[in-house]
Amino acid sequence: MEIIRDNIEKSEFLVHRSVFADKEILARERAEIFNKCWLFIGHETEVPEKGDYRRKKVGGRNLLLVHGQDDVIRALYNTCPHRGALVCRENEGNARAFRCFYHAWSFKNDGELVGMPGKDGFPKDFNADGTKNMKAVNRFESYRGFMFVNFDEDAISLDEYLGNAKEYIDLVADQSESGLETLGGIQEYSVRANWKLIAENSVDLYHGMPTHKTYFDIKQSQDADLKRVKLEGKGVQLDNGHGVMEYVAPWGRPIAQWTPIWDDNLKKDMEEIKEGLVERFGEERADRIANYNRNILIFPNLVINDIMAITARTFYPTSPGYMEVQGYSFAPKGEPDAHRKARNTNFLEFLGPGGFATPDDNEALELCQEAYNNNTEVQWNDISKGMSREGGALATDELQMRSFWRQYNAVLQESYNKEVALK
Amino acid sequence: MTLTRQDIIDFLYTEAELLDEWKLNEWAALFTEDGTYIIPPIGDPDASPLTSIFYVDDDRKRLQDRAERLLKKEAHVEYPHSTTVQNYHNIRVSNLESESITVKCNFTTHRTKREVVDTFVGKQVFELVHVNNQLSIKNKKVILALDSLRPHGKISLIL
Ligand code: FES
Ligand SMILES: [Fe+2]
Repeated sequence: MEIIRDNIEKSEFLVHRSVFADKEILARERAEIFNKCWLFIGHETEVPEKGDYRRKKVGGRNLLLVHGQDDVIRALYNTCPHRGALVCRENEGNARAFRCFYHAWSFKNDGELVGMPGKDGFPKDFNADGTKNMKAVNRFESYRGFMFVNFDEDAISLDEYLGNAKEYIDLVADQSESGLETLGGIQEYSVRANWKLIAENSVDLYHGMPTHKTYFDIKQSQDADLKRVKLEGKGVQLDNGHGVMEYVAPWGRPIAQWTPIWDDNLKKDMEEIKEGLVERFGEERADRIANYNRNILIFPNLVINDIMAITARTFYPTSPGYMEVQGYSFAPKGEPDAHRKARNTNFLEFLGPGGFATPDDNEALELCQEAYNNNTEVQWNDISKGMSREGGALATDELQMRSFWRQYNAVLQESYNKEVALK
Repeated sequence: MTLTRQDIIDFLYTEAELLDEWKLNEWAALFTEDGTYIIPPIGDPDASPLTSIFYVDDDRKRLQDRAERLLKKEAHVEYPHSTTVQNYHNIRVSNLESESITVKCNFTTHRTKREVVDTFVGKQVFELVHVNNQLSIKNKKVILALDSLRPHGKISLIL
């Protein structure tokens, strides 16, 4: 099956539109991508204390992210080993034990079975092999507080998987010496579009001006000299299908790029933060951390956008034309109130389901999805921008998307080839 | 002059009508100079906007920006404007005699676009002020009674 046409000579890159609409392709994505890639489950600050737990839906599974009494954070399958009922029904909380209401089996917060009514009906060594404990996802690894699971026992390590994308995650995490934390109110929303469209959109600077003109109009009204900083930078293809764009932008960055809507106290505050960064990392890296934006796409479905605020999103298909999205917000731990207020105000001006930009992105994706009704006659998407450019791609090019698609194609082609070999 | 419960209800219905008719500048004009419009996270209506991320946390300036943005052709998600029906019910009014009146109600807002209907439900809490014989909104808080923004996907309209 021809998924992409990657024609370097002609500087043309095409993606076959069936990948956005075909049910069989979705089944293959589940088997080859969501069952085998490292998937983001959450940030360690979501469960800081022993007993803290949060329900998570990852790769179609019902998981329970829980900080055990033994100080280990695990992802348990939220499924009773007895006859299956969902064990934990609260979205989040703190508990030493979980009890399945159906027949009242109970489990320690590390998953171990510790009680069941009618013990005399079972042999003494009933759970000697541990198969009656709540099962944990075996592959659970984290990088700089970002925690991932992998349902493939044989997967390469997270460290190897992230590869050179780690450099960019570091630039986000290094903003704060005390580390980042997630804010409350993870945004659970959806888009009536294929999941891969939001992966593309999240590393797409090309659409910034036309799609988000109303946002820039508002910025212009706040800052007459807005144009002193352009929207420009570079696009980079990273390892294993990851990609990033790194660029300057005219909006304020609550880490340390002041903007005239903020007061002089914040200006001083940000100058001090910048000085601290220069001391820790030197002029060049401090400048990258404070004044450059980055939109990072970790294949297949994690986006970390360090822009006018820090957001992460992860997204899963429930059908070819519908995805469920989780939107996170991150901030330095212990950030002073005035600074935090500026950050959150900045976030909401652009991001999230009630922001001035994200809903227009959703609309763009939904209108693309509508086009795929015409797939029989109009078959290819064009993702060529920047291929003909010598000396590296710009942030407004589409190289970072081609990185995603090249990996996507490699993974799916391998699975088609295996099938052919078996036949 | 003391207000009656009916005056309050009429005011709320007028507000809803302005929204349904996309008369958003007129809607914004209902707010006091320090008026606010907020939608806290689902399931956590008393959250702090410092430690939680809201859906909407508009001060007076931003709710004006919101209204004006939605009247532009480049607010793509609402171009052409969706069709909405905003309903208020179970209206409870307290301290009618005071300058600051609290009104709680349930709401149901239907939005349709491209033949897809989304329904938002929940409660709203209004803090109204009655000065110089005129009612204005000091705060409008929308508490969604949903599990998530699915399948809506967004709050592109003003609730
Ligand atoms: S299904 Fe959980 S105890 Fe029976
Ligand atoms: Fe966008």
